[in-house]
Amino acid sequence: MADTITMQVARYRPGQEAEPVFQSYDVPLRKEWAVLDGLNHIKDHVDGTLSYRWSCRMGICGSCGMTVNGSPVLSCATFLTDYAPGPVRVEPLRNFPVVRDLVVDIGDFMAKLPSVKPWLIRDDEPPEGEYLQTPDELDDYKKFSMCINCMLCYSACPVYALDPAFVGPAAIALAQRYNLDSRDEGAADRRDVLSSAEGVWACTFVGECSTACPKGVDPAGAIQRYKLTAATHALKDFLLPRGAR
Amino acid sequence: MSTFHNVVVVGGGGAGLRAAIAVAEANPRLTVAVVSKVYPMRSHTVSAEGGAAAVAGPDDSLEEHLYDTISGGDWLVDQDAAEAFVQEAPRELLRLEHWGCPWSRQRDGRIAVRAFGGMKKKRTWFAADKTGFHMLHTLFQTTLSNPDVVRYDEWFVTSLLVDDGQVYGVVAIELATGRVETVIANAVILCTGGCGRVFPFTTNANIKTGDGMALAYRAGAPLKDMEFVQYHPTGLPFTGILITEAARAEGGWLLNKDGYRYLQDYDLGTPTPHPVLRSMELGPRDRLSQAFVHEHDKGRTTDTPYGPIVHLDLRHLGAEVIDAKLPFVRELCSKYENIDPVKELIPVRPVVHYMMGGVHTDIHGATSLTGLYAAGEVACVSINGANRLGSNSLPECLVFGARAGQAAAEFVTSTRTAPGAAVYAQARDAQRLLEREFARHAEGSHIGGRERIADIRTEMQTAMENGAGIYRDGESLAKAADRLRDLRERFGRATVDDRSRTFNTEAVALLELSFMLDVAESIVVSALHRGESRGAHQRTDFPGRDDERFLAHSLVRRTPDGGGLVDYMPVKITQWPPGERVYGR
Repeated sequence: MADTITMQVARYRPGQEAEPVFQSYDVPLRKEWAVLDGLNHIKDHVDGTLSYRWSCRMGICGSCGMTVNGSPVLSCATFLTDYAPGPVRVEPLRNFPVVRDLVVDIGDFMAKLPSVKPWLIRDDEPPEGEYLQTPDELDDYKKFSMCINCMLCYSACPVYALDPAFVGPAAIALAQRYNLDSRDEGAADRRDVLSSAEGVWACTFVGECSTACPKGVDPAGAIQRYKLTAATHALKDFLLPRGAR
Repeated sequence: MSTFHNVVVVGGGGAGLRAAIAVAEANPRLTVAVVSKVYPMRSHTVSAEGGAAAVAGPDDSLEEHLYDTISGGDWLVDQDAAEAFVQEAPRELLRLEHWGCPWSRQRDGRIAVRAFGGMKKKRTWFAADKTGFHMLHTLFQTTLSNPDVVRYDEWFVTSLLVDDGQVYGVVAIELATGRVETVIANAVILCTGGCGRVFPFTTNANIKTGDGMALAYRAGAPLKDMEFVQYHPTGLPFTGILITEAARAEGGWLLNKDGYRYLQDYDLGTPTPHPVLRSMELGPRDRLSQAFVHEHDKGRTTDTPYGPIVHLDLRHLGAEVIDAKLPFVRELCSKYENIDPVKELIPVRPVVHYMMGGVHTDIHGATSLTGLYAAGEVACVSINGANRLGSNSLPECLVFGARAGQAAAEFVTSTRTAPGAAVYAQARDAQRLLEREFARHAEGSHIGGRERIADIRTEMQTAMENGAGIYRDGESLAKAADRLRDLRERFGRATVDDRSRTFNTEAVALLELSFMLDVAESIVVSALHRGESRGAHQRTDFPGRDDERFLAHSLVRRTPDGGGLVDYMPVKITQWPPGERVYGR
């Protein structure tokens, strides 16, 4: 194994570069090193001006999503040796405006998230103790509760690339996380947004989101499942008089 | 530019979000802002794994949780604070349940609890082994439903606005634009978490640079019990990623290089095939990490390129238990060590994990400065004393986050002191001062050569590990203090190459390093003064606990020259006089 690997890193500083350019750095190639360790090496020892987000370096905070050799990944959980002999091409996540270097603007997602009401909705007062929920009931939504908001699914989504109004995979999965929670009674409150043209129906079921998800959330599955729910509701609306729905 | 909110919360983790909700609930007419250097769901609460302690079952009692906490903290715990804590923890965890937290369940649908280190009863609520992640996202999503909570995401707070001993807001850099902004407030709640990054090998995320501790310290608030740094016994080598204590609670064993359960040699009980509460692998973290050092001294650890290790053995638990209760452990081992704990041993070594010390607060989260509150790891109430028990910190974030939020809301509702001219002057000066600071660190503008931020940071971390690690003595601490003084001088020559205003992470790293240097000094000076061994503070030159002289909290105040002045305040003892810490017998 060679002892270094070349990282080609996308640089963009507003006012300095008109458009992103690639800058090459040679970094040590060590078996334990994630792509993020390579970037940290650059930042600490070679070029302090490189900007990127990172925090937990254990794949749970969702900060360090990047495009590495064309694929959206968490840079803390993707290893340099997997790209040997290199070069490793590191770019910001796709489908987002670039703020600077590898930092993208996720404001669009942050604005959309509240629109699907991803919180527990109940009209009644909570019980004295806990809401009972069996392990099977927990399993119904558990997968969708694993989303770390890392944005890899939006970066992978061909629909979001063309239609920025699309609510998108993670937000829909999080809506389903509550819809399928036995404690929640808010499905009707989420219906308008989810059933809209920008909701589940925008999805053409390419499934790239579920492939990209580092946490096994399966947003594509959440979307397909909601299409069935939405279709059933539409049919009921059509067939049944108002009182019987 | 400046904005105004009645209450500003700095930090959007477990304590910060809980505090913000508490302010909004206490008085809906108040406006509350959460200012955080990362999006709230990136906060380090997200990394907490094992669980959150609160008395749940009929076989348990508040008394027992209280006693475990006090003895676990080697009697440096304020017992009135711990009483409030154990009493309010169950209600807080239930509120999280009502907000949708996916707690793991028993078959009948009730909350499940697991064993944890130093706890005599099973009382640790958990969401598999991603408890902090689920708690944080539940809190974050709940705050989304509350339009009264205004967020300033990715704003880095650089200083507090203080006038005549009262705090009136913060100065912050909006990272996306580089603009310096001030947020004026009637009260500020610090919820910025810990400072693990002052050490080289830590479970703590990159953002854990002691910001809130330094902000308070610089503003004149004392820091309490800073000498007590918790080493968690089981971190993965190289990365420092935590392998949760829940792995041992579910039955994992710690083995030395001979495959021997070495904890039996350190007064922690006798090995049994199934876990016994408050015994062996379920002893407290300080004692387990200290046992590792002795094993190493005896030559019974295994050397690796990333330091000596012992092994955590989960193989006998089987795939089913591991997948159901410890799926994240399996995922982390597979990803970062390329091993499968179902079939292989996990290499582990002690790793800096948690700060028992922090900004001195009372039982309501109030600091020594009027209008300044603190909660969570940044604060020291103290319920953790000389050693925190695993799974007490998550409920601490909730209980004292809520208390600080309520106290701040009451304060701003009852006392409407408006900020004076001095505060507005400070706000106006903030931008100029920061510009001057950066100009000073700009390339080529200083005499005596350039210094890299990362070099100073690394040397600070090494100084802390060598001088103020699991075992310290007067000499090692004095040496660390010297090194830190030297580094502070070199910090003046640290260079920022990045001239961009947009998302300048190098400038942030510089400011974080200056915070860390203050915090590191406060740790060392506090440790130097405490001539005894208690909990996580082990002095080889003072091997015994000395209740005559040191059954007291240390308080360190910053002096004008940047040094720390230490004095002491009594520990509040209500019902448990200091006794022996007994584990495994």
